[in-house]
Amino acid sequence: MKFLKDKVYELRPLFNKGGKYEKFHTVFDGFATFLFTPDHVTHDGTHIKAGIDLKRTMFFVILAMVPALLFGMYNVGHQHFISNGEFLGYGEGFLDKLIYGSIKVLPIVVVSYGVGLGIEFFIASSKGHAINEGFLVSGMLIPLILPPSIPLWMVAVATAFAVVFAKEVFGGTGMNILNVALTARVFLFFAYPTFMSGDTVWIAEKADAYSGATALANSIAGTPGFSTSDMIMGFIPGSIGETSKIAILIGAAFLILTGIGSWKIMTSVMLGAGIMGLIFNAVGANEFMQVPFYYHFIMGGLLFGAVFMATDPVTAAQTEVGKWWYGLLIGMMAVMIRVFNPAYPEGIMLAILFGNVMAPLIDYFVVQSNIKRRLARA
Amino acid sequence: MSKSIKLKKGYDIKLVGAAQPTAVMAPLSKTVAIKPQEFRHKRFKVVVEAGAEVKAGTPLMYDKDHPELQITSPVSGEVVEVRRGEKRVLQEIVILADANTSYEDFGAALPDQLDADAVKSKLLASGAWAFLRQRPYNVLANPTETPKSVFISAFDTAPLAPSLDFLVENEAAAFQAGIDALKKLTGANIHLNVHSSHTKSAVYLQAKNVVLNKVDGRHPAGNVGVQIHHIDPIKKGDRVWHVHPADVVIIGRLFLTGRFDARRRVAIAGSEIENPRYADTVIGIQAEALVRNNLKAGKVRVISGNVLTGNTIGEQGYLGFYDHQLTAIPEGDDMEFFGWLLPSYPRPDISKSFLSGWFNSRAYKVNTNTHGEERAFVVTGQYEQVLPMDILPTYLLKSIIYKDIEEMEQLGIYEVAEEDFALCEFVCTSKIPVQKIVREGLDLMYQEEQ
Repeated sequence: MKFLKDKVYELRPLFNKGGKYEKFHTVFDGFATFLFTPDHVTHDGTHIKAGIDLKRTMFFVILAMVPALLFGMYNVGHQHFISNGEFLGYGEGFLDKLIYGSIKVLPIVVVSYGVGLGIEFFIASSKGHAINEGFLVSGMLIPLILPPSIPLWMVAVATAFAVVFAKEVFGGTGMNILNVALTARVFLFFAYPTFMSGDTVWIAEKADAYSGATALANSIAGTPGFSTSDMIMGFIPGSIGETSKIAILIGAAFLILTGIGSWKIMTSVMLGAGIMGLIFNAVGANEFMQVPFYYHFIMGGLLFGAVFMATDPVTAAQTEVGKWWYGLLIGMMAVMIRVFNPAYPEGIMLAILFGNVMAPLIDYFVVQSNIKRRLARA
Repeated sequence: MSKSIKLKKGYDIKLVGAAQPTAVMAPLSKTVAIKPQEFRHKRFKVVVEAGAEVKAGTPLMYDKDHPELQITSPVSGEVVEVRRGEKRVLQEIVILADANTSYEDFGAALPDQLDADAVKSKLLASGAWAFLRQRPYNVLANPTETPKSVFISAFDTAPLAPSLDFLVENEAAAFQAGIDALKKLTGANIHLNVHSSHTKSAVYLQAKNVVLNKVDGRHPAGNVGVQIHHIDPIKKGDRVWHVHPADVVIIGRLFLTGRFDARRRVAIAGSEIENPRYADTVIGIQAEALVRNNLKAGKVRVISGNVLTGNTIGEQGYLGFYDHQLTAIPEGDDMEFFGWLLPSYPRPDISKSFLSGWFNSRAYKVNTNTHGEERAFVVTGQYEQVLPMDILPTYLLKSIIYKDIEEMEQLGIYEVAEEDFALCEFVCTSKIPVQKIVREGLDLMYQEEQ
């Protein structure tokens, strides 16, 4: 430690203004502050500061996604082998499945981080500001919401598009209107629909004879086509991180217990989906409407979106009351899109993006009611 | 009329080094100073020079806009220095105190025997007026105005704050006289706010001529701003005054004895104090007299006030006019290996992302490290957890940043002061200088009103 610390102190002047490597100041700073929390002290204002910073916050969100990532890798292998009729049991061929899944998934993670962080570093150093940690989470979210068969160059293009057009043009971390990872996904969805929907994309190198349809696609005919336990455990085709509800719930519990994720948004999204599902059950006009409402919780990416994407504080509603309405809106929209629009079997993506766009309006009403309440006081 | 308020939001920062009420020291050497910059927006004319002999209560300077408003010497002795900074801005008037204080005589007379004007002129002439502070803006009260109510918070919830029960020990008569003076002066309700369970002193609980409110909650429940918000909220054009209870005692002494008797008990606290205790001293005492032989080795920050709102003064600096506390904590100018991930020592935080956050009882040893760099605003809902007011902090701060005066008014700028937002600044993940923003907003509104 001492050696490293001395090294940082020794090298720092070279990267400061007027130093030899002034241009790489941002990059140096990025690495130095990753290794060592800087020796900055408070000036005016409070003399002490709480322990948490953005690095820690973002890292905890990534930690929360690790169970979904690990299970996702295993399931990619599992789905591949069972489509070929091999290792049909959940635990059979454990290592083969894990290795196969890692080979498929890890490159996507690497490309997402490589491209995204590359752009972040470039923009930060050209604008001369510190590297914001926001992309650390986006970079992990992007792989988890893509199908395992996605070509890597598409991951790169989508990530670049999302980072530049969803975030940097708005001013970088903290300024974006739309969730960055979802922007990457929605870009692929509309630019390369054949790689993002249908029956062939959700299982990597699927055997032709095997149906690769997701639970949501099956539900158009009235039944998910998978057992409830498979859907909860996650042994179903789907985007890499979305299938295991158990893994996602572990992440959710971690975020809520550490106080980093908003339990209000998670709860209200599920509430909204439940309400909409019940309404559809009551109407029952087509087969999808008759799918029991609770299946919506365990099919597709609803839970993943509620826990990891709707809760993105930058794009969510910012008032505490607004968070409830924002979550309800997303949950209801997600189920509505699922049921009414068979062209987009997964509604949560568009529902969250819609929620992102509506969040400032929701907040506006909360702020106005606060103003009115204050004026009305005796 | 009296209210009972229970506040759920807030956060108590428990720190090591709380002052022990068993030990009270009396510092020997006494150099004191008045720091004109503490009286925000005031332009003063100094009337003494170095070498002048003053008594306690002798005017040092007066307000150019309200010449009757004077700041007087808290001790008798010799003016050592009138220190000016850049552009001749008045920094300090330093006085070397006599061993035995001699006082100007303002005439003893109980407030009951005087009319409002006589009370006012006595307060102004003696310099005791300076204890009256006004909300909005948190500035010195204007002698030409009368408030709709006066607030006294009888408990302090800030980190390592002194026990306000202990600060007025044996001062019941002076405290009551001070209350009577304020009542006579303003004719308004005097709200005396005690903590529902912690306040034990009969000085407060048996005070007359007051509306006694009970407040329960964590910091910042002891802030007058929070109490005003819940008891008698400020609207545009309203004036509410507030006084520290220990200063009410000094006002009371003025009426009981005719003297500006600026003796004050202060807490000497913090992890870098060997023996945290109280001191019986006077306003504006030099820190060195309080911490001599009582400060631990190493780089220490000596603060007048508490760690959330105080000012760095250093050992040679002087305690602030409104501060009843000196805090000493270590500087944190060291890099910490993976400090953001694996902290090498426990630190307070409102998130439960640190192990120590799961054990409620522990007191922290804190330092001045920022624990991270300033970032764009990302995490929402933090400020709301520690601001027990029906105010939307992020929106108010944003309106200040883009200087929308109408919106600032609507969102409650008149009801807040920096200290009410100090916890917001402390908890902020993005390390945003919240108090500075609030101050800019208040300054802007103040200038707008002039």
